[in-house]
Amino acid sequence: MSLRQVSQKLVMVAAGLLLALPLYAGEVPSPVIPEAKAKANEEFGCVEPVTEMRKNHMKFIMHQRDDTMREGIRTSKYSLAECINCHVVAGEDGNYARYGEDKHFCSTCHTYAAVNIDCFGCHRDTPEAAKPGKALTDTANPHHNDVAFNQQSSLTKESGLTLPAGGAE
Amino acid sequence: MEKNNTLIDQARRSFFGKVAAATGVAVAPGMVLFQVAQAKPAAIAVTDKVRWGMLINTTKCADGCDACVTACQNEYGWGPESEPHSAPNQRAQWIRKVKLTDKATGHVQTLPLMCQHCEIPPCVDVCPTGASMKRADGIVLVDKHICIGCRYCMMACPYKARSFVHEDLRDQNVNAPRGKGTVESCTMCVQRVDNGGIPACVEACNAENHNAMFFGDLNDPESEISKELAANGGEQIRADLGLNTGVRYQGI
Repeated sequence: MSLRQVSQKLVMVAAGLLLALPLYAGEVPSPVIPEAKAKANEEFGCVEPVTEMRKNHMKFIMHQRDDTMREGIRTSKYSLAECINCHVVAGEDGNYARYGEDKHFCSTCHTYAAVNIDCFGCHRDTPEAAKPGKALTDTANPHHNDVAFNQQSSLTKESGLTLPAGGAE
Repeated sequence: MEKNNTLIDQARRSFFGKVAAATGVAVAPGMVLFQVAQAKPAAIAVTDKVRWGMLINTTKCADGCDACVTACQNEYGWGPESEPHSAPNQRAQWIRKVKLTDKATGHVQTLPLMCQHCEIPPCVDVCPTGASMKRADGIVLVDKHICIGCRYCMMACPYKARSFVHEDLRDQNVNAPRGKGTVESCTMCVQRVDNGGIPACVEACNAENHNAMFFGDLNDPESEISKELAANGGEQIRADLGLNTGVRYQGI
């Protein structure tokens, strides 16, 4: 087969794939969005009408975050913690679903739309904690599943009294 | 030259020392104070009518007691369990107990050291993104939403009060979002204060019956902290830097 024939074949295969795309597009399942626990508003359910929330929830959260952070305005209407408290789903193991699991309220749409969010790098993705500040030691992070190391470091528990010897980087 | 500098330094120190002692009362005459002891309404922004501060009496601070440190760890989840892979001097530390021993006399003092909530915070000066910020009521915070983790503020802080989070975290306290790649420090328990409460360390110190820590409004001459400052004074650590810290110490 000459180089020319190969390239012709490749073009045909590519064209075939492109033609087939619309067929597959219809088969992607729409996200199943979990129901809220309660009605924040009798009229439209959530704090704003659902269409408004779908389009602009990020703007509400963004404004709230700046107001709270910088001005100390601590209203709960648009707070992320309230989203989490209300749209809470139990995962397969009976615990709350975490961000990144299919059932988590935020994950359902964000996985579908392939939009990555940073919120849960710092904010908790489930309602109120029994024990805050646990390290991420499970398989969700491939670098942090060293069981031997984890056990060792919990043994060498030190008191808060020690002053760092070097630079507290 | 050397001698002159020393003299200037001393003059500055005594000047700032006097300012420190006077601040509590000097604000009072001619100022109308709207400050209330109760919680502010949630929808109202904080104002500069209030300046939150702390006063720590080191003579009451017990050697060997770390109730304030433990309370802070429990409240915000920092500590060995939070970052198990990091070296102890890498881990976040919002508040620490410092022990001072006078070698000549053997006199031992201990004190808690944390963000001093400066009026002129060097960390805010150097921040390239505006993440390091001071609220109107004097509380210095990191806006982690826009912190890029450059750590300039850590270098600028004369009190070594700020830390960088090196590890992925989960299950944070709802009130204390913290995560890898951002800088953090004592927040003077800003969410408690906004709801009319007092910082966790002060609460813990009182619970231990040491009562070494006062929290209150430095702008209000009637507040407990201002009265105590007016009566017995309070030093700033590194007063020579002229930062007008919100945290003051007695007995150092």
